[in-house]
Amino acid sequence: MHEYPDLELPDNPKLALNITHFARALRRAGMPVGTGRIIDAVRAVAAAGFTSRTDFYWTLHAACVSRPEHRAVFGQIFRLYWRDPRFLEHMMATLLPAMRGLNEDRTAQAAEKRAAEALLDGAEAPDQEIPEDDGDALLEIDASATQSARERLRSLDFEQMGAAEITEARRMLAELTLPVPPLPSRRMGTDARGRVLDAARTMRLAMRRGGEITQIARRAPRRKPPDLVVLCDISGSMSQYSRMVLHFVHAVANTRADSGAGARGGWGQVHAFTFGTRLSNITRHLATRDVDAALAAAGREVQDWEGGTRIGDCIAAFNRDWSRRVLGQGALVLLITDGLDRGAPDALAAQIQRLHLSARRLVWLNPLLRWDGFAPKAQGIAAMLPHVDAVLPCHSVATLADLAAVLAAPAGAGEKARLMRAR
Amino acid sequence: MTKLGDIGDIGDVQTILAGEGYVCGRALGTALFLALRLGRPLFLEGEPGTGKTEIAKAVAAALGRRLIRLQCYEGLDASSAVAEWNFAAQMIAIRAAEAGGHSDSAALKNHLFTDEFLIERPLLQAMRPQPGGPPVLLIDEVDRTDAPFEAFLLEALSDFQVTIPEMGTIAAAEPPIVILTSNRTREVHDALKRRCLYAWVDYPDFEREAQILSARAPELPDQLSREVVAFVQALRTEDLFKKPGVAETIDWAKCLLALDAVALSPQVIADTLGALLKYQDDIARLNGSEAARILERARSAIAPA
Repeated sequence: MHEYPDLELPDNPKLALNITHFARALRRAGMPVGTGRIIDAVRAVAAAGFTSRTDFYWTLHAACVSRPEHRAVFGQIFRLYWRDPRFLEHMMATLLPAMRGLNEDRTAQAAEKRAAEALLDGAEAPDQEIPEDDGDALLEIDASATQSARERLRSLDFEQMGAAEITEARRMLAELTLPVPPLPSRRMGTDARGRVLDAARTMRLAMRRGGEITQIARRAPRRKPPDLVVLCDISGSMSQYSRMVLHFVHAVANTRADSGAGARGGWGQVHAFTFGTRLSNITRHLATRDVDAALAAAGREVQDWEGGTRIGDCIAAFNRDWSRRVLGQGALVLLITDGLDRGAPDALAAQIQRLHLSARRLVWLNPLLRWDGFAPKAQGIAAMLPHVDAVLPCHSVATLADLAAVLAAPAGAGEKARLMRAR
Repeated sequence: MTKLGDIGDIGDVQTILAGEGYVCGRALGTALFLALRLGRPLFLEGEPGTGKTEIAKAVAAALGRRLIRLQCYEGLDASSAVAEWNFAAQMIAIRAAEAGGHSDSAALKNHLFTDEFLIERPLLQAMRPQPGGPPVLLIDEVDRTDAPFEAFLLEALSDFQVTIPEMGTIAAAEPPIVILTSNRTREVHDALKRRCLYAWVDYPDFEREAQILSARAPELPDQLSREVVAFVQALRTEDLFKKPGVAETIDWAKCLLALDAVALSPQVIADTLGALLKYQDDIARLNGSEAARILERARSAIAPA
């Protein structure tokens, strides 16, 4: 944590205005900060009476942050906002290369770009009552760090999704909710039209009437939501599509039960894996954190990005180490890859077949389908095709909406039939 | 027949289990010793056929305790794990009361929900005092249940008491020794694992597997027994979908005994492979020449240097 100069804000309406602008920036970055929160924040600041930047930070944090995954975004926006406006401009220019039409070497932190965009988008530089910095404050940006080639290979930061896209995707997803037909489970629940006698309950009802059995309580099997397993290819060309789908899955999996979509948006357990040249499990990252941060963590583990994808080996690793552990309860598998594998097609076909046999349903999302008339001429793709239940494109929000439709239809196979003919 | 208080160190645990024909490695012995000493449930996870269930049986036999087994399955609910009411007997009691002209419903209610009509299921049995001290409660294949049952189990195991709606709460005077097993067909929730001591039960090494085989199939000739163990050990280093467990080793040895085989040959292996490998892909991998190659490797591994 840097030492920041003290922030002396005089007690004037400007402060409330500034906090309002700040809250709007948070909202644009996708945090749920409503008017009530803003009023709370202003009151909190007035009540807490801060003398240091840290106190101010935590006061606003307490008022505005309600979920752990928002902490990073809040921190970034705070750092950008309550600072010298000139610096703000400078910072945004750095973070948004598109503005200046050149590529910066500096890799942005997860959530930083979103914070920058949120601020930039209609931030009509509010009057900031911040004293002039005394020169030696930390306003330097370390853009000179030219990493060695190997380091870059190791910690390649994925192209980050912008705030506007996330907001839009979330809006779309809120409408989608990826409905999925529930599976019958073996657990019984009370059901007036059930076929099984619920003896204990019948007796309890009878006891209320002095032992007179007037109605028979019945039970029937309950239904349970299926599990979802996502296998994401994150090799160079695939990473942004995987990111989109992961955002999608993350939004679906974190849909609260009270949103009317059922538990986890209608899904049971949701597991996610990434593979490039190695398989890694990012389920735990996804449970609490931002998708960007989860993928960045996986990205650091991925060696040699340009080495091509080893789909066959990674699927084999999944079959060996994970398939029994996460596919045991009738899970649906989403495989996101372009299928351009450099290994032997026979080995790949055998592994995909094994995966298909262990999953209740295997859905392949292939971004190459964005080109009309795409034909599966590559050996790997032709080898995988017979062993999947459905093939779908996944390069836009609209195609992800189609995914929901295919999952809802028990026999939906997307474009598989067409591709099989074109082989 | 050992008392719990007589177990002073990890070696004692291994000794008393060996007396029951269970060959226990140091890691597992340590986990078990700590579980007994601290009174915590022991959570055993591992591939099928590595002897997780057997250890509970051996512990119960060695300590002279009763073994109570709760076999988990999908859809298992609290009532079938704790206790159920004998509905038929209750019906008869109601009819009898009506015929006898007793219409005091409160008395009838008190009479119907007593131990007389209660069918105790494993969890409740484990809370009851048993001859020989608190029982060993084996909760087998806990990964087959679902999240709601896990949550219920968590509650039962944290304070060793269960609740029956019509009777109230029944607490164990002395907590049972609890052993949970899981084949990892599902990731069991962290909250449950946190309450337990965790041990991963791995495939044994050559020496230990040879000991297990001689304990379980003593009639097998020594040379053949060594060959069998070496072959299975070599097989586990291959890239198989399902590696054979110890249970498969013992099964296979018994198959060889039944066929009066005196030594391993590619032909005998091909005929009996179904006792070791349970996936067609794996069996197809081990066609004649491959089996012969692994057999050669196994023989060279046990050849006197």
